[in-house]
Amino acid sequence: MTLSVDGVVREACQSVGHDPTRLMDVARAVQARLGGVPPAAIDAIHHQLHVSRAQVLGLVSFYAFLDETPGARHVIRVCDDVVDRLAGHARVARAFSDELGIPIGGTTADGTFALQRTACIGMSDQAPAALVGDVVVTDLSAERARQVVAELRAHGDPQRLVKRLGDGNNAHPLVRAMVRNNIRQAGPIVMSEHKRGEALRKCAALSPVEVIRAVKTARLRGRGGAGFPTGIKWEMARAAPGARKFVLCNADEGEPGTFKDRVLLTEWPDRVFAGMTIAGYAIGAREGVLYLRAEYAYLRAFLEDVLARRRSDGLLGRDVPRRGFEFDIRIQMGAGAYVCGEESALIESCEGRRGDPRNRPPFPAQRGYLGCPTVVNNVETLCCVTRILEAGSAAFSVLGSRQSAGTKLLSISGDVSRPGVYEVPFGTPIQDVLALCGGRDATALQVGGPSGRMVGPADFERTICYDDVATGGALVVFDSSRNPLEIAHAYMEFFEDESCGYCTPCRVGNVLLRRGLEKVLAGRGEPADLEQFEQIARTMKASSRCGLGQTSFNPVLTSLQSFRYQYETLVAEAPHGRRRGFDLDSATAEATRLRAVAAEGGRS
Amino acid sequence: MSKPRVATTSLCGCFGCHMSLLDIDERILQLAEIVEFDKSPINDHKDFTQRCTVGLIEGGCANAENVHVLRRFREMCDVLVSVGDCATTGGIPALRNLVPLEECLEEAYVKGPSVHNPSRRIPDDPEIPLLLDKVYPAHEVVKIDYHLPGCPPSADTLWEALNALLSGKPLALPYALLKYD
Repeated sequence: MTLSVDGVVREACQSVGHDPTRLMDVARAVQARLGGVPPAAIDAIHHQLHVSRAQVLGLVSFYAFLDETPGARHVIRVCDDVVDRLAGHARVARAFSDELGIPIGGTTADGTFALQRTACIGMSDQAPAALVGDVVVTDLSAERARQVVAELRAHGDPQRLVKRLGDGNNAHPLVRAMVRNNIRQAGPIVMSEHKRGEALRKCAALSPVEVIRAVKTARLRGRGGAGFPTGIKWEMARAAPGARKFVLCNADEGEPGTFKDRVLLTEWPDRVFAGMTIAGYAIGAREGVLYLRAEYAYLRAFLEDVLARRRSDGLLGRDVPRRGFEFDIRIQMGAGAYVCGEESALIESCEGRRGDPRNRPPFPAQRGYLGCPTVVNNVETLCCVTRILEAGSAAFSVLGSRQSAGTKLLSISGDVSRPGVYEVPFGTPIQDVLALCGGRDATALQVGGPSGRMVGPADFERTICYDDVATGGALVVFDSSRNPLEIAHAYMEFFEDESCGYCTPCRVGNVLLRRGLEKVLAGRGEPADLEQFEQIARTMKASSRCGLGQTSFNPVLTSLQSFRYQYETLVAEAPHGRRRGFDLDSATAEATRLRAVAAEGGRS
Repeated sequence: MSKPRVATTSLCGCFGCHMSLLDIDERILQLAEIVEFDKSPINDHKDFTQRCTVGLIEGGCANAENVHVLRRFREMCDVLVSVGDCATTGGIPALRNLVPLEECLEEAYVKGPSVHNPSRRIPDDPEIPLLLDKVYPAHEVVKIDYHLPGCPPSADTLWEALNALLSGKPLALPYALLKYD
């Protein structure tokens, strides 16, 4: 079957009403049909959507899940997050590579298979994992990887790779994934029983201002990690002038090691959507957007169905939550970019652009999506909102610690016997969490993902909350066989990859730190290098534009704080004022080789 | 008390920084009064005669000889200063760091549009120092005490810096001497 590029583009543009801010959907649709967005398609999009070629190309080249050159029929993306590496990613990647006869990044000669690496796909609790198209394959081994290739060669249907369906809604006809929820400890707030529609009924009895007051009384703070008071954010958006306002739900959980939102979207989607609806009522918005990361595309049809049922049950649409109001939600798919979890980058992405963070002010609550006042809330925050309306502010704020009310979902993975999602009250000591998940031999803990902090046993008495050890929810446990410096190095590779490249401190700083770590790990570091790490970190924190660059040095900085002795055993002063990092023999090795080749009279 | 000794060298640079030093004009007489030049292209001394107070390094390291000279400076000088952008960052010569060494040589001696080299031979006399895999800033090869940015640092910058260094006073360069845009 040959597809006309023009026809495919025309169809894609029509499906979004030729709205140029929906460029992302157009590009994704074209990619889905053609396997890429080739120059001819970029041209056609430019003409039909009236956006510049540069914007289309900028978008396509920015996102990991969009390609300029049409790729293969089956794209296998092997997750190479740190947790996957601990679980045997190298063997799996090699097995895929051997079986297909191509390296990572390659495409088979017949164009059937492409093999790529990808950052955390939100399956750390069942690593190593990979995506075959949109289909998630978990708990991989070398043997299983070979089977996957063999099966795809035999029947060509990624969906048939799913043998045993996961628990709960993972087995739903619209999901049919092998993903397991791994809910290890449900709690009274987020992962509690949800009575569909009840929160909206209670919400309807209140005025918008009273809803905001309820959220403020509950002392709810954002669950994405930053901990901004939700009620204040809503107040700002409510007070901002503008007839059109938006509620955005950030379901782009890309922080490596985080997967709690995956579980919430699978098992409590109604609670998420109710939270968005309540937020809309509170700030005076009629439209909501759920920004779903591309890695969770397997949940999309299911979520669309949940939305459809909410519409037919009167939980979305006109006169919701009460007469004279309305609210509806659409799903915006992402395309594989960590930085889009940053709220202003997420807004850019929703508007069909590269995920470049914006300058602030103006804050999204003043001028956000499409220039309108916008609140961006985390999936878990919105679940809390729904629960607050269901059970009351007091039932929420009675849990947790003084500055951190309620509970927190933790995505726990790594060297533990029971990886999965745990709901714990704020203020829980780290050592209690370790006891829960079976992390007996824990020596290093990455709290809040790579942008959070790496802590050692000295900090295990500290507590999980905003005033002590804050976290967006990721908790990766490392046992005594792991080297904190190597973990930090892997995370720096991640940040180097995910930096949008707009501002220099982040674009360059991450590279300098990664290289510096390599030098130290190779035994060529000097004490001055450690000082320089701290100096680079200070510069990045002070002068990066968004949260990525303001935190991405943390793997180095916090491991240096917690495991300084491990760094110090590796560094030494060099004699004669020379640098240990420079080796004349290896620096001249290539020139020596070239001369030897020339002396033999041949060319290399 | 004997005069402080100053040594200078140009590694992989363009001598522009040295020209800038000469741009201190008549103050060079003053300089000659307060310091003694040791190894330097200014007096054409090929090697150190004794230990020096200050060494000024122009240019980064592009070949093995640069490395040997720089290491010798580190051994013989109390204070080493990277002078100018090439010493500080590698500068213009470091543009070749984006291209593999083999391609660089091919382009320079065989394939370049203006090259006339019928033998297609790349110079390989043992006397020619081996090129490094890339151009390194001075501080990646030896410990450097101070950096003076600029392409080149102006004569006034060099003059002020030298004076501060030799008199032990703190160096407070006015903004105009450090502003390069």
